[in-house]
Amino acid sequence: MKRHEEQSSGNNTERDPIVRAQDVRVTFRAPGSRDTVKAVDGVSLEVRRGEVFGVVGESGCGKSTLGRALLGLVPLSGGKVIADGRDLSTLSAPQMKEMRRKIQIIFQDPSACLNPRRTVREILTEPYLIHGIRDRKKIDEEIGKLIDAVGLAPYHLSRYPHELSGGQKQRIGIARALTLHPEFIVCDECVSALDVSVQAQVLNLLMRLRGEMGLTYFFISHNLNVIYQVSDRVAVMYLGRIVEIAPYRSLFENHFHPYTEALLSAIPGTGEGTKNRIILQGEVPSPQNPPTGCHFHTRCPKACPICSKEVPGMREILPDHFAACHLYDEKI
Amino acid sequence: MNYDPQKTPKDAQQKPILEVRHLCVDFHTAEGTVHAINDLSYTLMPGEKQGIVGESGSGKSVSSLAIMGLIPNPPGEIVSGQILFHGTDLTKLSDKEMNKIRGDKISMIFQEPMTSLNPILTCGSQIAESLVLHRGMKKKEALSEALRLMQEVGIASPEKRMKEYPHQLSGGMKQRVMIAMALACEPEILICDEPTTALDVTIQAQILDLIRKLNEEKGMSVLMITHDFGVIREISDNVIVMYTGKVVERAPADVIFKEPLHPYTKGLIGSIPRITKERGRLEQIEGMVPNPTEKIEGCTFWPRCPYATEQCRKADPPTVILGMHQVKCWRYGEA
Repeated sequence: MKRHEEQSSGNNTERDPIVRAQDVRVTFRAPGSRDTVKAVDGVSLEVRRGEVFGVVGESGCGKSTLGRALLGLVPLSGGKVIADGRDLSTLSAPQMKEMRRKIQIIFQDPSACLNPRRTVREILTEPYLIHGIRDRKKIDEEIGKLIDAVGLAPYHLSRYPHELSGGQKQRIGIARALTLHPEFIVCDECVSALDVSVQAQVLNLLMRLRGEMGLTYFFISHNLNVIYQVSDRVAVMYLGRIVEIAPYRSLFENHFHPYTEALLSAIPGTGEGTKNRIILQGEVPSPQNPPTGCHFHTRCPKACPICSKEVPGMREILPDHFAACHLYDEKI
Repeated sequence: MNYDPQKTPKDAQQKPILEVRHLCVDFHTAEGTVHAINDLSYTLMPGEKQGIVGESGSGKSVSSLAIMGLIPNPPGEIVSGQILFHGTDLTKLSDKEMNKIRGDKISMIFQEPMTSLNPILTCGSQIAESLVLHRGMKKKEALSEALRLMQEVGIASPEKRMKEYPHQLSGGMKQRVMIAMALACEPEILICDEPTTALDVTIQAQILDLIRKLNEEKGMSVLMITHDFGVIREISDNVIVMYTGKVVERAPADVIFKEPLHPYTKGLIGSIPRITKERGRLEQIEGMVPNPTEKIEGCTFWPRCPYATEQCRKADPPTVILGMHQVKCWRYGEA
């Protein structure tokens, strides 16, 4: 947090964005057909330095693709991503490599993203070698500090991934993301595969590291409870678009979009009984053939005729609290 | 048929539909024998919703497989104990006798509908199968019943879906097909093993709502096995908390959330982020679930327990019964 304050005062604005997405679009070709899937359909947002920016949505809403787009890991079909003041699409390969030191990712399944034939030490050494750091002594010193920071012991360095538990593997995934002192980390469902007691350990670890190292997280999860626990600001996604974006307290107290409302009320075990629960009918429509207008109108309990015709724009309903819904057209 | 958790089995004048008594299940693996379940006992009353909660490796799924007679042998083995269904010990039944009960009187839905459905049969014929087997229906009759069931579980345009294969359905739809299959013969007990873990929250809410409705309308007993305390809050009258194959605590659902007695239960509840709770650092249980082949003297939770004493390290605590509440801890009152 210290670093955060220094930097924000240095730049003389509290809203200093570290990563900015402007009308980002990512389109995939559907397998075996000519159809295209708009995985991310015009998303604009900015992630402020030092914050935890939470993204929540159901499977297929494009939240992971958006996270990858911010790192330049998927080609954009429209819009641009500006990281650390530079448009990623204009960077040359060596410049992009340099940029990757600053922007990193932690994946959901730690078993799938660690090379099973390498020891933990080799896994953690690789990023240094790729980036031309060959001073063994310095690398070993850095790795020693990292392994300690993520709550593991030096003897874990000689282990292979299969010898570690899920929680330990995720700690290695975190340590690897931290090797090159990044500033911005995309956490893609990084606690979803863990048992609850281990999930709490990893969440606490991530929050401690953020404070110590001045990190900014783009935290993707389908679990609203987890998002509530860690985020400063939250974006809710539905079928490739952001429907609501707000500071966490404002979102959980005042949510405006009917989808956010339904999503929050669907969390099991909240409130008294289930009387007021909004049970959405049907399923998320196929992104190959999304509904016209507002993507949510087919399941929205408050849909009006205009919803199927026009895409609602983002409106600031409360300070820093935006929602894209026609219900708020006149009120503003 | 509604179950009242305030009544003890005696005043309710109901006999338990299912009684698990001192069940022990071992798995013989290359690394040694694993005591997957260690002296598990509980009763399930008609119409009751019983929750079993635990982390991976706690034995919660194995306990349900034991009831269904689905423990693979080898390597698994029911070492001792009884599973009484209306007084009949299921562990003593032959495969043939068990086949009559399984899918008819007791049904189960699994976590992953994708892997539990047959990919080369249409959904309609999979549902009809158990009706042909257990109810002796003709294929045609069974298919029309399957259609009714698909409607009942809320599958849109069931006529079309009947003829489709599992891969053509979404996760939520597949889980509904599983539920329709499980309900086909109107079972007395529905065992749900992590039924919503693979589903999105809005779909999870739909499925839990459906299970609750079926319990209320048909008086079917539900055994809900999950790692998610949120799901337990939704759907249980009584909750069993398992750790390393043992029951560490059992109580009515409202009691366990308000006054958990076992340090493990306390830690688990405290470690879950919830939007209804003020945020702060999450409570955490140090360490992790021990390797099942590891032998731990005394209480199996002591290496992770902040309250452990010499006594905890030496001797396994007895189960203390306090009215409706039972707990297996030496220090439950002090902690």
